[in-house]
Amino acid sequence: MSANTDTIDEFVSSEYKYGFITDIESESLDPGLNEDVIKFISAKKNEPEWLLNWRLKAFRHFEKMENPEWAHVNYPPVNFQEISYYSAPKKKGDGPKSLDEVDPKLLETYEKLGVPLHERARLAGVAVDAVFDSESIGTTFKEDLAKAGVIFCSMSEAVQEHPELVKKYLGTVVPYTDNYYSALNSAVFSDGSFVYIPKGTRCPMELSTYFRINAANTGQFERTLIIAEESSHVSYLEGCTAPMRDENQLHAAVVELVALDNSEIKYSTVQNWYPGDEEGRGGIYNFVTKRGICKRNAKISWTQVETGSAITWKYPSVILQGDNSIGEFYSIALTNKAQQADTGTKMVHIGKNTRSTIISKGISAGKGQNSYRGLVQVGKKASKARNFSQCDSLLIGDKCGAHTFPYIEAKNSTARIEHEATTSKIGEDQIFYCNQRGLETQDAVNMIVNGFCKEVFRELPMEFAVEAQKLLDVSLEGSVG
Amino acid sequence: MSSTTVIELANDITNAFAEITRIGPSMLPLRQAGLDRFKRSGFPTTNEEDWRFTSLKPFTEIPFEIMTDSGEQLLDQAILDEIAFSQHDTDNLVFIDGHFSDQLSQISDQPEGVTVSNLASAFDIIDNKIGLLSGKDENPLIALNDAFFTDGAWIHIPANHSLSKPVHLVFLSTAKKDGQASHSRNLIIAESNAKGTIIESHISLGHAAASTNVVTESQLEDGSNLEHIKLQDQSPQSIHLASLHSNLGKEARYAFHSFALGAQLSRNNLRMNLAKPGIDCMLNGLYMTRGSQLADHHMIVNHAAPHCDSHEYFNGILYDQSRGVFHGRILVQPEAQKTDAKQTNKNLILSEEATVNTKPQLEIYADDVKCTHGATIGELDKDAIFYLRARGLDTKAAQQMLMHGFTGEIVDRIQHNAIREELNELVWSRLENEHNLN
Repeated sequence: MSANTDTIDEFVSSEYKYGFITDIESESLDPGLNEDVIKFISAKKNEPEWLLNWRLKAFRHFEKMENPEWAHVNYPPVNFQEISYYSAPKKKGDGPKSLDEVDPKLLETYEKLGVPLHERARLAGVAVDAVFDSESIGTTFKEDLAKAGVIFCSMSEAVQEHPELVKKYLGTVVPYTDNYYSALNSAVFSDGSFVYIPKGTRCPMELSTYFRINAANTGQFERTLIIAEESSHVSYLEGCTAPMRDENQLHAAVVELVALDNSEIKYSTVQNWYPGDEEGRGGIYNFVTKRGICKRNAKISWTQVETGSAITWKYPSVILQGDNSIGEFYSIALTNKAQQADTGTKMVHIGKNTRSTIISKGISAGKGQNSYRGLVQVGKKASKARNFSQCDSLLIGDKCGAHTFPYIEAKNSTARIEHEATTSKIGEDQIFYCNQRGLETQDAVNMIVNGFCKEVFRELPMEFAVEAQKLLDVSLEGSVG
Repeated sequence: MSSTTVIELANDITNAFAEITRIGPSMLPLRQAGLDRFKRSGFPTTNEEDWRFTSLKPFTEIPFEIMTDSGEQLLDQAILDEIAFSQHDTDNLVFIDGHFSDQLSQISDQPEGVTVSNLASAFDIIDNKIGLLSGKDENPLIALNDAFFTDGAWIHIPANHSLSKPVHLVFLSTAKKDGQASHSRNLIIAESNAKGTIIESHISLGHAAASTNVVTESQLEDGSNLEHIKLQDQSPQSIHLASLHSNLGKEARYAFHSFALGAQLSRNNLRMNLAKPGIDCMLNGLYMTRGSQLADHHMIVNHAAPHCDSHEYFNGILYDQSRGVFHGRILVQPEAQKTDAKQTNKNLILSEEATVNTKPQLEIYADDVKCTHGATIGELDKDAIFYLRARGLDTKAAQQMLMHGFTGEIVDRIQHNAIREELNELVWSRLENEHNLN
C-alpha cells in the first residue's frame, strides 16, 4: 500500500493550470449586501422598473430565509456582507461595440484558457458568450445566429433588447422563493447568457458560455435562461475556471430551461472552478440551481462533468410536465484534495408516459467527499412513467468518501422505477491485468476511469468530450487505486 | 403540530407518569431522564428528515393514557391457541397490554444458566443494562419508552449455550379505548457462541386506536448466532412503534425478519452496530398494506469494523391508498475495509392511489468495499404474466404465482423450517383472503 500512498500524494498535489490572475483594471462595488447594492446593480444595467422590483422582492424574501444545512458538506458559514456583488472590467467610454474593441488583455485571458474569441480562430460551429466576473464581454457569431432567428446574447443585453421574452420567462422555472441561493441570485444576479430558439428552428451551431471569475472577494451570480420554442433544438455548453486564491469565493448561479412542445435542449457543463488546495484552503463554493421544464414531447438532457470547486452543491433537474416528455441526467463528479460535492438531480414526473434516465458516476480521490443526492418523483397522473437510475461510485485512496442519497416517491401504480447503485475501487487485479499487457499503471487507471465514465462522455458534444476526457486524465495524474 | 396539542399531551403525560412510577422503583432515574428528554424534544414532526414521510399525527392527536393494568382476567388459553406459531413447540412469554401474564406464559426447561423471563422480575439485576444500546438515540419515542415501559422480555443466553427451543414473545393488546398506550421493553443478551431463535408477535384483540411502543435491545457477543422473527399483525386501527438496537460482536450472526401486516401506522426503527470484524447481519422484511395503512421501516447499519457483511432485503405490496416507506442507510466507517453491504427495496403497487417513498442510502468512508443498493417500484410485470398465460395459466393464477414469488423471496430467508412454513402460509392466505387478487 505504501507505494500507492506515495502516488496518491503526488496526485493530490497535481496543479490547477487555470489559476492565473488577469491584471486588469476593474470597477467593483465595495463588499456588502443591502438594497442599495441591488439598486446599484439594476441602475448600472439600466434595467426596467419591474426587474428592479422583482430583485427587491427576492432580496426581502432572502432575508427571511435560513442557510440550508441538509447537504452532506462542511464549510464555515458564508458571510454575505464580505462579498462584493459587482465587479466588471473597466470600460472606456460607452464600452466595446464589437469584439474587436474588447480590451486585448481580456481576449488574451480567454486565449490562455483555450477559448479564443476571435471568430476566425474558433472552430467553426461554436458560438461563445464570454462572461468575466459580473459582465459579459462579448458574444461571437451573433450575426450568423441572428440569420437563423436565434437570439444568443448576454442577459443584460436581453433585458434591453428583448424585455418581453425575459419578463415572460424569468423566474418561471426557478422562482426566487425556490431556495436560499436562488433568492440571493434573483436579488443580485449580474449577467449570464440568454438563448431563444424560434419555432421549428434547429440552432445552426453549438452555443457556449465561458465563465471566468477573476477579481478577488467577489461572488459570481449569473443567470442563464434558455427558451426553446415548439419543435426547436439547441445544444448549449458551459465552461468555468477561476484563479487560485486562499479565500473562498461564492458562485451562486441560476439556470432556467424552458422546452416547449416537441423541442429539445441539451445542456452540457464542464465545471472546473479552482478546487482549493489539499488542506481545503481556498476554492470556489459552487451553489447552483439548475432546472428545466418540459412541455409535451419535449426533451431536456443535462450532462455535467464536475471536476472543480471546493464545494459543489448542484442538482440539475427536470420537471416533466408535458405528456411523453423526456428528462436525462448524465454526470461525472470528481472530488480530489479536500473537495466536497453534493450533486445529483430531480426528475419530477407529472405528465403521462414521461421518461427519465439518470446516470451518475462519482469518483472520489484524496480526501474528497462525493455524494449523489437525487429525487425521482412520480405524481398521481403520471401513468406509465418510467425511470432508470444508476449511480456508481469509484474510490481511489482510503481517505475519501462516496455517498448515495436517493429519494424515490411514487404515487402511480403503472410507474416503473428502477434504481441501482454500486461502490467499488479500482481493483489490483484490474491494474495487474493491464500491466501484464504492457500498460503503465497510470495509463491503466486512466483507462479504467474513462471506461467507468464512458456512458457520460458519450453524451457530451464531441469537442467537449475530448476536453473532458483530458481533464479527467490530468486530474487523476499519479493516482493508483 | 400546533402548540395546543403539546400542552394537552404534556398534561396527559404528566398524569400518566405519576402512575407509572409505581412500577419498578429502581427504574425511576431512567424514567425521569426519559421524561426529561421527551419534554425537550416533543413528538417528531414531518419537518425532521427521519420522519419526513411518516406523520405521527394519528398517534399525537389521540389522548395519551397508559394501561396500568392488563386485561388478563378477560382472556383464556383458547385465545392463545389461535395465534400464529401457537402450534409449534415454543416457550411463550405473554404480555398483555405491556404487562406480563404468568398464567398464560409457558417456560419449559431451558438449559441451566439460560434466562427466559419477564424484565420486571429482574429489574434489580439488570437495571444498568437497560438503555445501554438505545440511550444515545435521539428518537423521542425511545425517551417516551424509557419513561413509561411496564415490562417486556429478558432473555439471557450464557456463553456456549443455546435456547433449547424458540422463545415466542406474544404481545397482546386488549385496548378498548382510543389512546390507550402500552410501552414494552425487551432485553436480549447472547454471550459468546450462544445460539437461539426468538419470535416476536404483536397482536390486538380490540379495535381501538391504541398504541404500542416497543424498544428492544439485543447484544450479540463474539460468535453468537441469533434469528429473530417479528410479526406485527395488529388491528388496522392501531399504532405500532418499534425500535431495535443491536450491537454485534466478532463473527456474530444476526438475522432479523420483519413482517408488517397490520396497524394503521407502523414504524420500525432498526439500528445495527457492526462493532467487530467478521459479522454477518441480515435485515429482511415484508410489508403488505391496504386501506389507509402506512408501513415504515427505517434502518441504519453502521459498519464500524472490517470484513463484515450486511444484507437488507425489503419487499412491499401496496393496495388501496396505503403507503410504504423505506429508509435504509448503510454507513461504512473509514476502518471498515472489505465491507460487503447490499440493500434492496422492491415495491409492488397494486392500486392507483398507493404511494411509495424509498430512500436507500449509502455513506461510505472506506475504499476497499463492495456496496450496492437497488430499489424498484412498479406493478406486476406484464411480460411475465403474458409468459405464464402463454403456458396455459389464467390471469389470476399467473398473478398469484408472481405474487407468491415476490413474497417468497423474503419468507424463504427464514432459517427455522417450521416457522418459515407457517409464515409462508400466513402471508399467502392473507393475500388470498384479504387482498383482492383479481
